[in-house]
Amino acid sequence: MHGRPRRPDKPEDAAAAEAKAAKLRDLQAQVLHNHHSRTYTKEALGLSFKLLEINPEAYTAWNYRKLAFQHNIGELSEPEAIKSAIDDELRVVEVALRQNPKSYGAWYHRKWLLNQKLAPVDFKREFGLLDKLLKVDARNFHGWNYRRFLARFMGVPEEEELKYTIDKISDNFSNYSAWHNRSILLSNLLIKQSKGFESKQKIFSEEFELVTQALFTDPSDQSGWFYHLWLLAQTSSPENPQLIASWPSNGSNLSLSSLSSICCYSLKEGILPIVLYFNEPVKGLSSSSVSLNSDLVVSKNIQWRPLSVTDSGHSNCWVTYLEVSNLECNSLQQFSVEVSITNSDEIVSRSGSNYNCPVHFSFTFELSNNDSTAKDIDPIHELISWDFSEPLLSHVNPSCICFEQLKITTSLVHKESNWHLERLSDEIDLFRELHDDNSKFAKLTLARLLLACAAIKSRGSSLVERKGYCEESLGLFNDLIDLDPSHKRYYEDERSLVLMDQLTCDMEAFKKYCSVKALPKLAPLNHVQLCRLSLTRIGFAERLLWVQMLDLSHNNLRSIEGLEALQQLVCLNLGNNQISSFTALEPLTKIISLKVLDLSCNEIGTHPIDTTRYICPSPFSHRVEACEAFEECRKKNINVEEFWDAILFFKHVNLVQLCLEGNAVTNKENLRTLVVTLNPSLKWFDGKFVH
Amino acid sequence: MADAPATGGGFPAQDYPTIDPTSFDVVLCGTGLPDPYSEVETSGAVPEPSRRFTADLVGPRLLYCADEAVDLLLRSGGSHHVEFKSVEGGTLLYWDGDLYPVPDSRQAIFKDTTLQLREKNLLFRFFKLVQAHIAASAAGAAAAGEGEASGRLPDEDLDLPFVEFLKRQNLSPKMRAVVLYAIAMADYDQDGVESCERLLTTREGVKTIALYSSSIGRFANAEGAFIYPMYGHGELPQAFCRCAAVKGALYVLRMPATALLVDEEKKRYVGIRLASGQDILCQQLILDPSYEIPSLDMPSDAPVSNLPRKVARGICIISSSVRQDTSNVLVVFPPKSLEEEQITAVRVLQLSSNLAVCPPGMFMAYLSTPCTDAFTGKKCISKAIDALFSTKVSNDLEDHLEKNSEENKESVKPTLLWSCVYVQEIIQGTSGTALSCPIPDENMDYRSILESTKMLFTDICPNEEFLPRNSAPKYASDNDSDSAE
Repeated sequence: MHGRPRRPDKPEDAAAAEAKAAKLRDLQAQVLHNHHSRTYTKEALGLSFKLLEINPEAYTAWNYRKLAFQHNIGELSEPEAIKSAIDDELRVVEVALRQNPKSYGAWYHRKWLLNQKLAPVDFKREFGLLDKLLKVDARNFHGWNYRRFLARFMGVPEEEELKYTIDKISDNFSNYSAWHNRSILLSNLLIKQSKGFESKQKIFSEEFELVTQALFTDPSDQSGWFYHLWLLAQTSSPENPQLIASWPSNGSNLSLSSLSSICCYSLKEGILPIVLYFNEPVKGLSSSSVSLNSDLVVSKNIQWRPLSVTDSGHSNCWVTYLEVSNLECNSLQQFSVEVSITNSDEIVSRSGSNYNCPVHFSFTFELSNNDSTAKDIDPIHELISWDFSEPLLSHVNPSCICFEQLKITTSLVHKESNWHLERLSDEIDLFRELHDDNSKFAKLTLARLLLACAAIKSRGSSLVERKGYCEESLGLFNDLIDLDPSHKRYYEDERSLVLMDQLTCDMEAFKKYCSVKALPKLAPLNHVQLCRLSLTRIGFAERLLWVQMLDLSHNNLRSIEGLEALQQLVCLNLGNNQISSFTALEPLTKIISLKVLDLSCNEIGTHPIDTTRYICPSPFSHRVEACEAFEECRKKNINVEEFWDAILFFKHVNLVQLCLEGNAVTNKENLRTLVVTLNPSLKWFDGKFVH
Repeated sequence: MADAPATGGGFPAQDYPTIDPTSFDVVLCGTGLPDPYSEVETSGAVPEPSRRFTADLVGPRLLYCADEAVDLLLRSGGSHHVEFKSVEGGTLLYWDGDLYPVPDSRQAIFKDTTLQLREKNLLFRFFKLVQAHIAASAAGAAAAGEGEASGRLPDEDLDLPFVEFLKRQNLSPKMRAVVLYAIAMADYDQDGVESCERLLTTREGVKTIALYSSSIGRFANAEGAFIYPMYGHGELPQAFCRCAAVKGALYVLRMPATALLVDEEKKRYVGIRLASGQDILCQQLILDPSYEIPSLDMPSDAPVSNLPRKVARGICIISSSVRQDTSNVLVVFPPKSLEEEQITAVRVLQLSSNLAVCPPGMFMAYLSTPCTDAFTGKKCISKAIDALFSTKVSNDLEDHLEKNSEENKESVKPTLLWSCVYVQEIIQGTSGTALSCPIPDENMDYRSILESTKMLFTDICPNEEFLPRNSAPKYASDNDSDSAE
């Protein structure tokens, strides 16, 4: 079934195909006619059988047969007759499957028949059919699907099905379906704690052993690597989601201008964002699952919103915006806010596990109503300079870097993490041995193992080892980029993540990139400069939640997903990157405080096709509320069809300074009009003052 | 085309029927003479019922599923007169005093529990290299000159001794033994200096591996690479004789030839005189090579080799299988595995009652090893017998079987009930005034016999196709599914 070369058609084949098509058309017309006229006679049914025998993909014929079956069965009363009617239908399916063992319609028809539960099912026959089919093609996933259906239908113990998978793997381990089914069955058995499956460690050790045999036998076969990846995920990630960072951090004090506290620009607009960052995407944050206490009166309806560009409802990063503008206060006043998450069944990860590490943190903020200057004057009045020559005040600590923001993770001792680490180290030793094989899977898996180790180490405090792991995996990704150029971009992305991890994981290393930017008349901004690092994507955003001014220029960024978590960001430099569309900038539309954006020398407008939309189908393009903006632009004679993505982007940001030069899109007419129309507060465009 | 009376000794002259017609295209004279066999030594008594045992004198002998011989059987329709069963137990290698399964395929490597991970990796990598070469060669043959066939091994590698090539692939000594002696079926010690001329080249080794791997999975109902004819190899000539009979050949048994008829003028053989006194004339006469006949004309051009090639063979009847749950299995003793002086590999083929060669509950085992002198050869065979079977003679078989079941079966060697060890001389076929066909050689398969037979055939019928496809269409259509039962 697999790996058979396709031969070019011979002329006589074409003639045969023509004749077959003519016959099929004729049959199809007759069956359709019978369908419409609800003719369910034996003769009519015979016609549909003939059609399905040649073309099992004729879905209407299957549906017609279902209707006919229901119609005819109603007239039967003897169990014998019913049984023979069912047998006839089953036989039709078998004939169709002989023609095409991967016919969706045929398999579905069989399931449908069984689900009618009109007669006891002959399971021996069903399993016999499956055995025959999977012998011909052990990788026929339809067969595997049907097997799962049958096993559930008749309640076959999962242990038995697990044994079946190992039998099939012994026959030929290049079988995605068998490995996949094994992972599902094992997960279920482990969750149920069935007999013999009490110890996750024992089971996973055995599975690692098994899959390693396959991987070493033929490292170029992908199926085993997929299973290994699954095992690795089971071994390396914590079982329950955890809160790993927040903004504001515990014990911090926020204000608009005071030097002793942390400057928060959005306070000026009366908004205080609170960001919670989890180690994996979760859903279910609400005013009931997260309790928020404050000495100021907070509206009961606190809305937690996922900060992500996908619509799944799951997100690593959640935010709520406290409205503080309408507070009546005459003098400087401090308010405190306490946030706590208790064990909650509501907060669940994608895999369905609950949040179970209670956490509590608090912070204060100051409001003063009499500082009217700060309220009226736009803070980013003058052109921001991203000049590199400006000395970085490296001796001054940015005001609120707090690496172990919540000290949550260190306090949690994972009872299993020692075993995990041991297991992973064993695997690393093994794959180092295979390393010379130049197998991309071996290298990739080794890199993933190293990173998993690094991630476990990060929960502890062994920085040196951790850096070693990162260093080695960086080397592997560099090798992979050369070895497997067709997946270069993926490896570059992974390498970027490791780089970001390496740069930001400890205070001493990170300090080199941090500084404080002084602005006239304003509180200094926390500044981070990550330039010329060949980054292609953003990672570890949870460590950057406090950043207000971020310089990412001279990288190879194609995506900036993750930046949406930086709710304090005021100035962002993305100059000299590879951003190729406005849709790729969607994360920025979620940052309310963003005022300055440098997009110079990117690739917006260079590529006729916006691939961002294929990689990440974003709801961005389907928003209706943008109609107003479209209307506004149309009035200014802007071609909405051409600029729809630009309109959507600029509608959702409120910039004071923007630099777009060096992008192909700027050659187009009207772009400037568009930007100015949609961003009325814009003062500087491409370095020039806008009147 | 070929009419072939075969003769064999035994009946009083007056009982011989008259053969009609008396003139044939070809007369083929077989013999039941035990000439090439010598130094026969037997021990024990053949268990009753002794008529249930069928022994091959030329064992161990097998057919690769993808063998040309199998193709010929299918093509000629001979396959309808003989049934095969697979050697489902695969091959075992004797190494460090133990038997190990031979990992001969991806799945076998995966399932093997005795191999280290690194060995698995390197071994399969080697197989893949060879497979790529085979595929590239096949593609290259089909479309010559289509760019550089990437998977093909360079010529300097192909001319390398195979053992050197294996060392370059970093294969461990045990893995080298697996490939050399259990898959490429090398006869002589490839590491020994004294047997340099017997060194297998990579080209030869890869060729056998290609045959081996294309044999695995050729027939849906055959496990492993080898098949064995039910009732033994004697069935194969029978099958071909039946095919020939259909085409008009005459097939005479128990009719010794007493003289050859010579045309004095033309200096050639023109027929034979039968024991019945009848003279049969023919265009071509083919004789069993053990017939010693006077040369008619110029001295024979075949150089007489100074040392005749010999094979030491053994036939054993044993009480149980060498490996539990397997019935038919091949065992290979690589050189030096039995003793330091052992320079040849010993092959052992165990057959069970499912091939109808022995009664149920017993097994036949054939052994062979090439040798230069009878003493060394027989010593090797005896050592292999000692290594596999327990020789302590138990008079009461049933008593022994009972004991067996009580003890741990894994550790108990099968008991040797009867054995026969002998030496066979290899005689080449000749061409010239009297043609003779080769007799079974030291190899395990029919490849070289078939080769010389084909040459003989072209000598006689230069313009004919060797064993043309049977015209009956029903045989030709589904031949790939039904040949091995």
